[in-house]
Amino acid sequence: MVTTIYGDMDEAMLEKKTGVVDNDNEHTTWVEYWLKGELVHRSAHVALKKGLSALCETASLGG
Amino acid sequence: MANSQAIATSFKVEVLNGIHAFGTSVVRAATTADSFKAALYLTTATIGAASTAYTATGEVSGTGYTAGGVDLTGAVDWIAPASSGTTAFSTCTASIVYTTVTLTTAFDAVMIYNSTQSNKMVGCYTFGSQTITAGILTLTMPTNDSSTGLMRIS
Repeated sequence: MVTTIYGDMDEAMLEKKTGVVDNDNEHTTWVEYWLKGELVHRSAHVALKKGLSALCETASLGG
Repeated sequence: MANSQAIATSFKVEVLNGIHAFGTSVVRAATTADSFKAALYLTTATIGAASTAYTATGEVSGTGYTAGGVDLTGAVDWIAPASSGTTAFSTCTASIVYTTVTLTTAFDAVMIYNSTQSNKMVGCYTFGSQTITAGILTLTMPTNDSSTGLMRIS
């Protein structure tokens, strides 16, 4: 069963599309289910590959 | 052995633990870690380094999504800050999950903010533009180390 905008539906009734995005920042997979040309379900799984970095620097005294 | 100019690596970890206050700080009610939340933002929003706190402006809206986003989950929200080399780091303990939502306007960012400390912003993380229809958005965290951890001070 697939949760859709019309409630739970049998997956066999739906057209399934999937995709992958992979770059330096993320590895993302998504799945869509379509019913007679209408998007009724879309989920995405975004796996972040790296976070954010702050740089600490010291200053020279008496520069 | 000569002296070397450096910021102590231990200090970087202590910054993540809220130990030092170089300016006016806050009165903490407890020594426990703060609580954090994660809000999603539209591709048209302008969240970035100049942002200071959670805002509803530019936030996604839709069925199943509550303004302000979701609580980070886990016994604690973040893995205890640690260091490797001269880099301090920490990462959320679990994936951030928005369950059974419909977000039809494209979004591409999540803001993590401190809900204990007046919703002050921690960071904004971007990804490829997404929409969700009666589905689940899962944001999985990177490996918690000095090169990929979600929050790093090097």
